[in-house]
Amino acid sequence: MAREDTYQTERAHLADLSEAELEARFWQLSQQIVDPLVALARTHTSPSIERSVLMRMGLDSRTCMAVVAECEKRGLLGHGAGHVVWHCAHTWRCAVPEAALKLAAGEGWDTVTARWGGAA
Amino acid sequence: MSSLPPLQPNEKLDVAKLLEGIADYRPRRKGWSWRRQVPVQKLGPFEYHETSESLQNSVPLPAAHYFGDIDPQPDCVVTTEIASGRFEDDIRRMRMAAWHGADHIMVIRTAGQSHMDGLLEGTPEGVGGIAVTRKQVRATRKALDLIEDEVGRPINFHSYVSGVAGPEMAVMFAEEGVNGAHQDPQYNVLYRNINMYRSFVDAAVAKKIMASVRMAQIDGAHNANATAIEAWKVMPELLVQHAINCAYSVAVGMPKEDICLSTVPPDAPPAPCMRMDLPYAIALRDLFGEYKMRAQENTRYMESCGREATVSHVLNLLISRLTSADIQSTITPDEGRNVPWHYNNVHAVNTARQALVGMDGLREMVTVDRTSPELAQRVRELKERALLFLEAMITQGGYFAAVEDAYFVDSGEYPETHDDGIVRYADGGVAAGSIVERAADYMAPVCHHFGDNHLPEGTAKACDLVGGCTLCDADKVPFIDELDPEDNVDTRLAQTADLRAHGLIKPEVQWAADGVVVVTLFLPVAERVAEFAALELGKAMNLRDPEVIHKQVMHPAEGTLIEMKGRLDAAVDPSTLVIPPRPTVLTDAAIRAFVAERGLKVVAATVGEDEHSVGMREIIDIKHGGLEKWGFRCEYLGTSVPIEKVLDAAVEHAAQAVLISTIISHGDVHRANMEKLADLAVEKGVRDKLLLISGGTQVTDELAKSWGMDAGFGRGAKGIDVASFIVKALRERGT
Repeated sequence: MAREDTYQTERAHLADLSEAELEARFWQLSQQIVDPLVALARTHTSPSIERSVLMRMGLDSRTCMAVVAECEKRGLLGHGAGHVVWHCAHTWRCAVPEAALKLAAGEGWDTVTARWGGAA
Repeated sequence: MSSLPPLQPNEKLDVAKLLEGIADYRPRRKGWSWRRQVPVQKLGPFEYHETSESLQNSVPLPAAHYFGDIDPQPDCVVTTEIASGRFEDDIRRMRMAAWHGADHIMVIRTAGQSHMDGLLEGTPEGVGGIAVTRKQVRATRKALDLIEDEVGRPINFHSYVSGVAGPEMAVMFAEEGVNGAHQDPQYNVLYRNINMYRSFVDAAVAKKIMASVRMAQIDGAHNANATAIEAWKVMPELLVQHAINCAYSVAVGMPKEDICLSTVPPDAPPAPCMRMDLPYAIALRDLFGEYKMRAQENTRYMESCGREATVSHVLNLLISRLTSADIQSTITPDEGRNVPWHYNNVHAVNTARQALVGMDGLREMVTVDRTSPELAQRVRELKERALLFLEAMITQGGYFAAVEDAYFVDSGEYPETHDDGIVRYADGGVAAGSIVERAADYMAPVCHHFGDNHLPEGTAKACDLVGGCTLCDADKVPFIDELDPEDNVDTRLAQTADLRAHGLIKPEVQWAADGVVVVTLFLPVAERVAEFAALELGKAMNLRDPEVIHKQVMHPAEGTLIEMKGRLDAAVDPSTLVIPPRPTVLTDAAIRAFVAERGLKVVAATVGEDEHSVGMREIIDIKHGGLEKWGFRCEYLGTSVPIEKVLDAAVEHAAQAVLISTIISHGDVHRANMEKLADLAVEKGVRDKLLLISGGTQVTDELAKSWGMDAGFGRGAKGIDVASFIVKALRERGT
């Protein structure tokens, strides 16, 4: 909604603040605005975040794409794509890249289903 | 760790060699580098108070030759933006920019990549512009390692951790030694229309990864400036945008000293921009004193006139010097033409270097008067307006609700609104609905991961679970070569291989051998007619695709200045060039000593029916660096002087040299005059006592000698050339 410049009337409650008080309030409100955003980030993940986890595990981007796409389809992102790959490597007693390549090729998902349920 | 030999200043960077072994290349350092400031520095005859360590190799400013070729480097990092779409061309450009003082190189990527949900590996996949890929990043960092060794100062490499693949970009950049990046979820939301939940959730992870390698972060607030209809009204909102990104970054673990505000003086002339922008710059630095300032130049009001853009840039630099700047960014002054001209990039870097060095220590004598009523009131007002903005956002229900209600990039100065801000919806945008709540057993077995992470009990370090992660062990970083069989560096280099093999010379602007040239024309007609006439003239010059890139009315009827680009399909084989050796000149001291010892005198005149005097004046006048400068006594006889009179004067004054100027060359009159001077000197028996020298636009040394002179000087000759010749010739004669 369009509004005239109401600065002179709206500033009344700020007029008596010292410069330091004004600046402290600026940062206090900024913090108040970002707090729920940080909480959202702390408790959520995304396909890109999960691919970034797999990248950090040493996997190339195409493998990351394939594994995360499959996790997404199976509703497993909330457990962590890295968790899925780690669990398989652990179960199959193989290296992480080996497990990831197998999953990227669409193989071995029954191990995942056995752990977290969902379609095999 | 580069195995390549160091660059040699007289050799071109070999891109093919650079790409050898690229799969095994690893960055030798990570994180941002600031310049090493020197509080008081003596360079040449001067003392500097705001400079940093000098470079080992550089191209000094053009006027530096008056001061012993000193090249003082400002205290702050200087940025240039480079993005031709081909990294093999970009890295040559980076080397040139580094030699002119740039130590922060930003590679601008294609906007289309923002919407790619995932990393690109060496193929643009149909996306125009430069795609930032691992191979491109790695080759660039490798080249910059060589370049920074050549110039003797660390170079910061920078790109974008934005778009829907932010966390992945952050990992790749951290792995590859990228030193700085733009990261601001608000940029995704407002300008790329990426879903707001996704943007913030991704940003937290991306920032934490950036922080792990101490990458410098630059925010995206300057875009509000470039987008707003009336940029000067967006100042309160800019403070809010900076604050949100700063507070968010700190909350996820980024050190404040790595967080840079991308700030632009919002206005440009003919607005009284200094009086409008200075209070803003001060309010910003008051509020954000713990953070770094990346001062960008104004692009909002940038037109196609490079001169106008440069003046605005200098006014922006004055604000930097009166307040502060940790990074001084530059944009090519012809960005308004939308072409990545690399030599204009260098001009922009030089504008910053020149202005910053010129204003060295200015703050010690000229300070901002914080008690000025207008300034004090305006600084306070901007802070209060920003505070009202924040209060309203909280009342509205927070950041997401405020974006849905078009708070941002409104053209009114808050609390005034015009209801024309950018609107985005929480359930809309690219990748809407793609975030997922982390389950009670969510786990990521890697380091520097933000957010809830339920590692198995007893895990000391997250990546111990998988035997190390790429942020801890560089050997784990994978490499994929370019996948596109058509558009890749090998095929592109093959297209210009022939030119390179034969060393053929072809003009270029954007890419190697693109043939692009720019010509400047003044056409004595009105603007619209001039534009179309220029295109015809371009065809007459054999330019392909001529395009007018700048026009400026000199007078509605009397004429128009035109700058036009086009492609010139011609190449020069350097082996066919006949390049005369450069004449060697003596030192000032040597000339002065010889002239004083011998009491040298010259007689000078423009001969024949010729009224030109400027050329001769430049050769003899002290004001123009002519012969008088070294103590020669010069008798200037004037113009249209008969040859006989010149010789008589030479004898009368006992001169050692005669200088004649012959500009007019119709009917070979210049030749006739030189021959006559030589013959008459022989007749009078003074030829051996005199050096006979002629000059003029049509004169060459070869021609003059063949017509009886001792030397000839053509276009571009200076007093030093003539003085050096006289001294050397007299030394040889032993007279």
